[in-house]
Amino acid sequence: MSSHVETPLEYRSEQSQMNILGFWIFLGAEIVLFSTLFASYFVLEHNTADGPAGQDIFILKDVLIETFLLLTSSFTCGLAIHSMRNHNLKGLLTWIVITLLLGAGFLYMEINEFIHYVHEGATLQTSGFTAGFFTLLGTHGAHVTLGIGWITLLIIQLVKRGITEKTASKFFIASLYWHFLDVVWIFIFTFVYLKGMVM
Amino acid sequence: MSFDEILVTGDPLIFASQIAIGLTMIGLIALITYLKRWKWLWSEWFTTVDHKKIGIMYIISGVLMFFRGGVDGLLMKAQTSRPGLEVLDAQHYDEIFTTHGVIMILFMAMPLLIGVMNVVVPLQIGARDVAFPKLNALSFWLFFVGAMLFNVSFVLGGSPDAGWTSYFPLAGKEFTPGVGNNYYAIAIQIAGIGTLATGINFVVTILKMRAPGMTWMRMPMFTWTSFITSIIIVAAFPIFTIALLYMTFDRLFGTHFFTVASGGDPMLWLNLFWLWGHPEVYIVVLPAFGMFSEVIATFARKNLFGYKSMVVSVAGIAFLSMLVWVHHFYTMGNSAAVNSIFSLTTMMIAIPTGVKIFNWLFTLRKGRIEFSTSMLWALAFIPCFTIGGVTGVMLAMAAADYQYHNTMFLVAHFHYVLIPGVVFAVFAALYYWWPKMFGFKLNEKIGKWHFWLFVIGFNMTFMPMFFVGLDGMSRRLYTYSESTGWGAWLGFSAIGSLILAAGFAALCYNIYWSFRYAPRDVGSDPWHARTLEWMTASPAPHYNFAVVPEVEQRDDFWHKKKREETGLKKADLKPVHMPNNSWMPIFLASAIGLVGFFLVFEWFTLAIIASVGIVIGLIANSFDYDDGYHIPVDELEEEEREWRGDLK
Repeated sequence: MSSHVETPLEYRSEQSQMNILGFWIFLGAEIVLFSTLFASYFVLEHNTADGPAGQDIFILKDVLIETFLLLTSSFTCGLAIHSMRNHNLKGLLTWIVITLLLGAGFLYMEINEFIHYVHEGATLQTSGFTAGFFTLLGTHGAHVTLGIGWITLLIIQLVKRGITEKTASKFFIASLYWHFLDVVWIFIFTFVYLKGMVM
Repeated sequence: MSFDEILVTGDPLIFASQIAIGLTMIGLIALITYLKRWKWLWSEWFTTVDHKKIGIMYIISGVLMFFRGGVDGLLMKAQTSRPGLEVLDAQHYDEIFTTHGVIMILFMAMPLLIGVMNVVVPLQIGARDVAFPKLNALSFWLFFVGAMLFNVSFVLGGSPDAGWTSYFPLAGKEFTPGVGNNYYAIAIQIAGIGTLATGINFVVTILKMRAPGMTWMRMPMFTWTSFITSIIIVAAFPIFTIALLYMTFDRLFGTHFFTVASGGDPMLWLNLFWLWGHPEVYIVVLPAFGMFSEVIATFARKNLFGYKSMVVSVAGIAFLSMLVWVHHFYTMGNSAAVNSIFSLTTMMIAIPTGVKIFNWLFTLRKGRIEFSTSMLWALAFIPCFTIGGVTGVMLAMAAADYQYHNTMFLVAHFHYVLIPGVVFAVFAALYYWWPKMFGFKLNEKIGKWHFWLFVIGFNMTFMPMFFVGLDGMSRRLYTYSESTGWGAWLGFSAIGSLILAAGFAALCYNIYWSFRYAPRDVGSDPWHARTLEWMTASPAPHYNFAVVPEVEQRDDFWHKKKREETGLKKADLKPVHMPNNSWMPIFLASAIGLVGFFLVFEWFTLAIIASVGIVIGLIANSFDYDDGYHIPVDELEEEEREWRGDLK
């Protein structure tokens, strides 16, 4: 199958092609959205008022685990697409469930991290820095949450309908979204946590 | 705020409006019930995914909002018509200029332009609908819900009153308590998400759904400008989404994004607002340029002069539009270097814009000009808009701007840009494409009344503002003393605004008159036009084209007419695939509107309960596998025979 030059299942209908292109353009809008969040965060980063600064509260160990969980989930999501292309429904479902579990693990760690910060005296209302920090990470976290809900709905549809042109294109789009969240996280890890610890 | 306090009380003007709104609502509901039209409304309009009907709904909403924003404008003109008047108190004046600005830009200009785009673009490229018809309906309903939410503010809870730019720290909770500015943050957010979806939709539509043979350089100019506008929407609206989110957080949850205390930064709001706000100006003005290009080429009976330079200049304007935002606040403490750079980028915009003006002029040169109402708008646009453009270059000079900044000169400038640039264009477009939407023309004689009243009223209203502005009158000033000497200018301006309003009334009368009496047999191509939308019946059938045309050159329809190749061969007919109606868009938008309403009043428990509706809508949408339906060949044949006579 893989050696033939054949249009992948998710690209076969014209509507699917347009859906995928439309989603890429939506991701373009998402890039603008996150760029705005990052830029605002950089503006507010040092406005800590009377509250703590980044290096006072960040726990790199937890953040590393989160990074590991999310990056692995992107990998397993890729394996799910690979199974889908091979018409292997069982493999597909297995890898998606693992992806979602890793995503849920990431969320659990992140929520714990937030609770820890609140105990350290860094709440949403503390300063310009905390406002920028929590909304940037919160928006990313909200995207992950939405992604888990969305892909759960797709699992039900895949179980009910199997791998068809339509379910394949729907899941392919969800996978683009999932990978995108990973890319955003890499920027968060680098420019929020690492930069925050160093500078 | 508790339930029993939400009705605004104490102002006779607002009290009268509340009664009027109540009576109108009861009257409308009674009328629809009496005429037994509920089912028709639901199945033909509320659940439609047809781009033409969605476009018409956008246009109707836009005209209604024009009325609302216009009344705000007239109230301001009445208040300032003489020194020391008290038609409105200062607070009420603040609310009126805020809602006037927001409504005119976001709820009048945007829906009118997006409405025309919806009707025309798929027809111009030979498509059956947009790429995502259901999403298109959702865009409309989100816009509509946002507009309604914003409009109820003045009777429920109070209007926003910090200006359409809502600068911080003024717009923060500390200086503007109450719910007014919550409306600003939330209603615009809802409408903005709809606009973003429209942008994505039209980018994909124009990229993927053009008729065979329609290459990039064969696209009609209005399609080009719509495409580039859609790209600016995708690039600029998410910035505003975040700015409004921050504003919502500052106001509802006490964060410190834009506050003065605790490390907030009010200038962050200004930058984010104008990073969206300046491209927004081009989002509304570029489609308008496209409309003028179509109208001028049609009524000069010539192809558009300098097509390629037109495309390049539109793209150039779009690119530069992202690089000029700081010119909105030269006076707020930037370094000289920063101001100089933004002066340069701003003045550079005059170059591609000038190219366009000359292209239109050269299109007119040696043309056989037909002075239809539509063409008159285009002709009036060129000098009026040039005044707006030239004063814009004056404002672009940072050093000189210290004199003009926040004066009535600026107000006059942007009205001279936006009214000829957007409103004239929409009027030209309405007269031009009306037959394609409804199958009859608007009356030309009433149209000329509309035109002359509006153009004369417009110049009388806004020209004096340049002079009082240069004389130092600041914008948003609710009253002034006699010794300023502005009374005569502003009195003259107020009279002008009444003539302007009479022009608008003439349009409304024209629509009414034409619906009742205009002749219905105008044919498919009443203006001898050049582009594909005139190749199909008027009004356009729901499937647009029985057979998708093959395009061989620019202005293809014009050349096909010359060769008499516009007919339809029966053998070419094939079943047409169409999407089904859907209740999802209106349901989802209503749920979002309800959540928005509760958030405005900070009733968080209710908001959480209501958001269950959103979740249900999204889940239902995910499980929707509706594939639409096919129109059989005999049905197509019957409909096409009705206007073409016999098929070949």
